Amino acid sequence: MPAVQETIERVRRIDVDQYKYGFVTDVESEKAPKGLSEDTVRFISAKKGEPEWMLAWRLDAYRRWLTMREPSWARVEYPKIDYQDYYYYSAPKKKALASLDEVDPEILKTYEKLGIPLREQKILAGVVEDKPADPDEDGEARAGSGYSRVAVDAVFDSVSVATTFKEELRKAGVIFMPISEALREHPDLVKKYLGTVVPISDNFFATLNSAVFSDGSFVYVPPGVRCPMELSTYFRINEKNTGQFERTLIIADKGSYVSYLEGCTAPQRDENQLHAAVVELVALDDAEIKYSTVQNWYPGDAEGRGGIYNFVTKRGDCRGRNSKISWTQVETGSAITWKYPSCILRGDNSSGEFYSIAISNGRQQVDSGTKMLHLGKNTSSRIISKGIAAGKSNNTYRGLVTTHRRAKGARNFTNCDSLLIGNQCGAHTVPYIEAKNSSAVIEHEATTSKISEEMLFYCRQRGLSAEEAVALVVNGFVKDVLQQLPMEFAVEAQKLISISLEGSVG
Amino acid sequence: MNAEVRAMKTSAEQALAEAYAAAKARLPGNGAVQALREAAFKRFEADGLPNRRIEEWKYTDLRVLMREAKPPAGAPDAAAKARAAEAGKLAGDIDARRIVFVDGAFVPELSDLAALPPGLTVRPMAEALAAGDPRIAAHLGKVIPGDGMVALNTALMRDGALIHVAAGATVERPLHLIFAAAGTQPASVFCRSLVVIEPNARVMLVESHEAAAGHQVNAALELIVGAGAHVDHVKIVAGAGDALHVATLIAAVGARARFNDFSFNIGCGVVRNQLFVRFDGEAALANIGGASLLNGDQHSDTTLVADHKAGGCQSRELFKAVLDGRSRSVFQGRIIVQPGAQQTDAKMMTRALLLSEEAEADSKPELEIFADDVQCGHGATMGSLDRSLKFYLMARGIPEPEAEALLVQAFVGEAVESIEDAGLRDALMEQVAAWLKARGG
Repeated sequence: MPAVQETIERVRRIDVDQYKYGFVTDVESEKAPKGLSEDTVRFISAKKGEPEWMLAWRLDAYRRWLTMREPSWARVEYPKIDYQDYYYYSAPKKKALASLDEVDPEILKTYEKLGIPLREQKILAGVVEDKPADPDEDGEARAGSGYSRVAVDAVFDSVSVATTFKEELRKAGVIFMPISEALREHPDLVKKYLGTVVPISDNFFATLNSAVFSDGSFVYVPPGVRCPMELSTYFRINEKNTGQFERTLIIADKGSYVSYLEGCTAPQRDENQLHAAVVELVALDDAEIKYSTVQNWYPGDAEGRGGIYNFVTKRGDCRGRNSKISWTQVETGSAITWKYPSCILRGDNSSGEFYSIAISNGRQQVDSGTKMLHLGKNTSSRIISKGIAAGKSNNTYRGLVTTHRRAKGARNFTNCDSLLIGNQCGAHTVPYIEAKNSSAVIEHEATTSKISEEMLFYCRQRGLSAEEAVALVVNGFVKDVLQQLPMEFAVEAQKLISISLEGSVG
Repeated sequence: MNAEVRAMKTSAEQALAEAYAAAKARLPGNGAVQALREAAFKRFEADGLPNRRIEEWKYTDLRVLMREAKPPAGAPDAAAKARAAEAGKLAGDIDARRIVFVDGAFVPELSDLAALPPGLTVRPMAEALAAGDPRIAAHLGKVIPGDGMVALNTALMRDGALIHVAAGATVERPLHLIFAAAGTQPASVFCRSLVVIEPNARVMLVESHEAAAGHQVNAALELIVGAGAHVDHVKIVAGAGDALHVATLIAAVGARARFNDFSFNIGCGVVRNQLFVRFDGEAALANIGGASLLNGDQHSDTTLVADHKAGGCQSRELFKAVLDGRSRSVFQGRIIVQPGAQQTDAKMMTRALLLSEEAEADSKPELEIFADDVQCGHGATMGSLDRSLKFYLMARGIPEPEAEALLVQAFVGEAVESIEDAGLRDALMEQVAAWLKARGG
């Protein structure tokens, strides 16, 4: 059935007005000279006061990057990126300190506008409030804001502006700080793990990141510790023509547990901004890491102008026995998404999970999926991917499941479903499945369809409007994934899904 | 990554270039065909032998699997013809009209082209090329642009069958194309066939490929299925453990047509079976299936592209592989639904059964969908025999090897069932039983 006229018009109308976080914060910033050279790398390293070995590491990455070529295999199209046309370092001039007054009011306003509750905002600035904030205060009763505490590391362009709950986490033995700070305070720990999951020259974008990464979060959870609260990083790209290259490193030592959330937004600009992050997770024996992302970078306007190029390398290493890494992602933003959170299932009995909802609208292009590399015995993995394509977007799932010869008893289940809304979008599935021993059991299933007329009819017959009926069906479609999100995020994600799809149904 | 500067030619590529240069003056065909060959060889040379840097050949690296190119086969001698007289047995004793090619050349004395029914025309390709048959100019190489290996075939093609079935004609007796590479010296064979089925005609084609030790076969078949036509095509590949078989089926399916295709692979060291099927007209129905039984060091690759250009078509794909020894099976299947091909219903399934610890199964089932009102899906499974099923049978007194054999037969049987001809179905299942017996089941 072709899309009805109403739908087409609605699709046309969305995007430009839909993106709520497209404002620009006017803060004075300090930038590295435009372009990329060894000097830029040295500049960043010096700014961060890094140890000598770190500079050597960066320069090594930079030199290798010069010899590499940009990958072209993904189903995404974009004009050639001029890497000399970006600023690789940009930081607000006034660094936020312990009290609210010292934080640049513009930055404060930014977080206010981004809908981070007031209480959190104060915490961001380091002011601890005794009584829980009134949920109505920010007009948006965010579920759980009254009792749940989330430690936040706020990254603004190239630097972390504030990290909350540091003290309390320190009492529990958890290290949670910007990676630039960790390089100064815990250099041995960083040195031991940095680049061990995503090697220095893993791929074009990761290598670029290794050379110029400016900030990101560092988490270390000591043996046997269950991290007392959710950890979270909020990334914001503000400055024009700036690339954001953050690096996150999370280590869960033996028997520990940590849940980490990541959120991101960017202003609405006509030119494309580059975001090339690297996330490394290490889970030792019996440890578990749960990593959730709600990605809401600016997706560009209806004609495909502007938006973030999101070229991200995320990888988790289940290094120890019985370890577990779980990726959950809700992808609604970015002009282009190139992202494959992966698990290396090295330890025996380790398990990896990947839950993803990728929604594309307008002219967005998503090429995302996961890799599950089964190396240890009795390793298991589970992939649930839901892609929803609307407008003129293209949404691709690309994944790899491979079981090594030694991975006896490996088990994988993959389910990727795509939903198409409108007749000008595309949904694609490209899974690679490799079984190298007979005791491995791999199952894969994928479907692509539109919302069934019967389902809609059933709902409408019971008095729901067409919009409500579609919302209900879509929500049911993505439920498997939403359930995996921590509660604070589930609410936000649900809202995002309705924003991204609003008006595009038919 | 394909834009990479070409590395030095491999010795196989060098040999192919020399073979082409030496043979091109003598290969059949008029000026137009020669130009076609020339362009095709250029195309092949641009990319060289497919290798793992080319996405579609990721799992089958011909630069590695085809270290050397054998010299082109000469005209078959009497001994080869005598050996080839026995070829085609794998299809059982179906009553079919035999059309035999030995070492890539048509052999009239082994073929049965007498008293063709009205509406059916069969002509050896070499003769058709030499005579400038208008169907060559109209269709050859024009149905669907193939890849580098099809181009290589076009450059070096020597013989094959040109078959034409007139509109509305029903060919009762199946046509059995038998390609035997039977020479005592390893050689390379390039056979090319073109089959044009006019609207509402009906025909069944069986293709048997057998290759003696060391032979390298590159076969291509272009098939045009007219509107409302009904075509069955079954291809059987057998051959020596060091033989190489690269085959391409190109099929354009018209509106309301029915197309049943099955590939059965039980031999040759390296097999690459490519199927490019395009749905040109609405409401066509296609059943595309295949089964591979592999052991030793066999490598078998099935690559399928089902391109739904027109809407309202239904396609079903089911491919199975049974792997023993150190064999490796590859399945790459892509369903494309072009913009506007609404109401497409496509389902693809691939299953690999690993009987040995050292076997490897790789699979890449893809969906590429540009229309919203469709039902498309694919599934893939890989694993060993279900222990509980085996236990069930053994608990009823069936010895283990037999229980395994039963399960494997059932596994393969599900795919073979899609062949409409009962005799052929039975013949293939007999091959399965023989294969199992040989492995000690």
